[in-house]
Amino acid sequence: MAADIKKLRASSGPAGRKYGGTAASFVLLTALGLFMVFPIYLTVVMAIKPVEELFVFPPKLYAVRPTLDNFRDMFAAVRQNRVPFSRYVFNSVFVTVSVTAAQCVFASMAAFVLAKCRFPGCRIINGVIVTSLLYQSSVIYIMQYMVMTKLNIIDSPLALILPAAASPMGVFLMRQSISQIPDAMLDAAKVDGAGLFRICWQIVIPNQKPALMTLMIFAFQAAWNIQGGGVIFREQYKTLPAAVAQVSSSGMARAGVAMAAAVFMLVPPVIVFILAQRYVIETMAHSGIKE
Amino acid sequence: MKKKAGLKRTFREIRKNKACYAMLAPFMILFVLFTVIPVVMSLPIGFTDFDMVQKPEFVGLSNFRTLFLSDKVFISSIRVTIVFALLTGPVSYVLCFLLAWFIDGMPKRLKTFFTLIFYIPSLASVYTVWQLIFSGDMNGYLNAFLIDLGIINSPVQWLTDGRYVLAVTIIVQLWISLGAGFLAIRAGFQNIDPALYEAGAIEGIRNRWQELIYIVIPSMVPQLMFAAVMQIVGSFTAGTVAQNLVGFPSTENKAHTIMTHAYDYGWVRYEMGYASAICMILFVVMFVLNRLISKGLKKIQGD
Repeated sequence: MAADIKKLRASSGPAGRKYGGTAASFVLLTALGLFMVFPIYLTVVMAIKPVEELFVFPPKLYAVRPTLDNFRDMFAAVRQNRVPFSRYVFNSVFVTVSVTAAQCVFASMAAFVLAKCRFPGCRIINGVIVTSLLYQSSVIYIMQYMVMTKLNIIDSPLALILPAAASPMGVFLMRQSISQIPDAMLDAAKVDGAGLFRICWQIVIPNQKPALMTLMIFAFQAAWNIQGGGVIFREQYKTLPAAVAQVSSSGMARAGVAMAAAVFMLVPPVIVFILAQRYVIETMAHSGIKE
Repeated sequence: MKKKAGLKRTFREIRKNKACYAMLAPFMILFVLFTVIPVVMSLPIGFTDFDMVQKPEFVGLSNFRTLFLSDKVFISSIRVTIVFALLTGPVSYVLCFLLAWFIDGMPKRLKTFFTLIFYIPSLASVYTVWQLIFSGDMNGYLNAFLIDLGIINSPVQWLTDGRYVLAVTIIVQLWISLGAGFLAIRAGFQNIDPALYEAGAIEGIRNRWQELIYIVIPSMVPQLMFAAVMQIVGSFTAGTVAQNLVGFPSTENKAHTIMTHAYDYGWVRYEMGYASAICMILFVVMFVLNRLISKGLKKIQGD
């Protein structure tokens, strides 16, 4: 990263952008960034502090004798359940992968059609999707529960996957991005005789990596945190967040364990985030959209 | 006659666009089942008396009358929500955009790094740690720090003193508010064709501010619309942050938002009809606001 910082002074970035101010924005980003990271840093510190260090005055910004005891306690507590730890991991991975894949595939196709095709009902569907994002009501969960009862999927993995598989937010995000693709590009493909399905997957979506990867981050994050309270009762179908929540919800006495759980649960989303963001940034170099 | 012909044409259009409907189907089926049907089913609940045990009983506009005429906490929650939304919504919206823009000027590896730094609060959303920072005893990080500097002599009750409750909640809300909107705008920057900047330079754009106004903002309107919806929802339906941080109910209801009020009636008192009515009022406000913002943004795009 040192090389990157050196490059700042010479002002980097793509061709045609030679204006100054990069160093100034670097300073500003760093200052604000410290404020953003500080609580996360404290969380990590609390997770590796031994119990006797948690309540000393003055509170320290680092652990004097760092330990993994909190993590050990967390795993020990989860292991007391009837179901082995690996089962929770499997459930969570299964739910997360299916939800993320379904969201990305379904939202991409729907967004492409809604952004680029004109057909009866198109405008209404677009309106309903955005409006549904604005409608927040606690009663919805009750109604969702009633629908799930009718479908007979309560207390099965489908109760976790199906409601999360269609994301109006994801469609809205993808549609906004796809609407920026010039129609001329699609017309050329149509002349070549490509069907809608092929245009979507071979031309549009490969051009939409930034939006698609962003959607993947949202989907993964949401799916990874699904607890399934109220719709899953059998221990063997419970997910990792549900198991971890049982451990860490016992007040300040368990503050360290709660922090360890938070840190542990944060690792996979952060890895996915970094991998996806690298794709997002790569796109710039060879985007071929031209009017 | 005319109507019949119109219907016939519609049918022909539908048949012609079979492929469109087929590609929409997987999303639409799930969306209708788990979002549209529950929403439609929940709409009438606001006009009923419903305790989740007995069947909802129709009471007309009585819930709304009580809300506006005799529920003093609701009136105060409107004020709290407006102050809260005005202070967090626009600030966070502008921050989302400006930070994404600053990050866009960074070298590649720093881009990923800074994007992660600003998004990580949304990824982690740990409130417990803020409780330790603002804790009212000397063990609170902020108190210990200020005592150390000699600014204060005795610990301040950040989380329970009516004077600070709202401010503390706003700070934490801002901290987690660089979420979906921010990432969408970041992705939007990658969609801008580099050739546009070159063309701009030729046409006499001299500095980054001109670049921002003439190139960046006009080509970012779709992402800005998305971010607007996210910010409206985020700032108007905030409540969980306050409930986790300054407790529920908060001191003198200083951090009692409309959403907290709905939570109170829905999940504490089991008066779901009343809670629904509260949510409907909030929905109307957000809907109108979103209409206004999209109209404004469309104008920018049109220019």
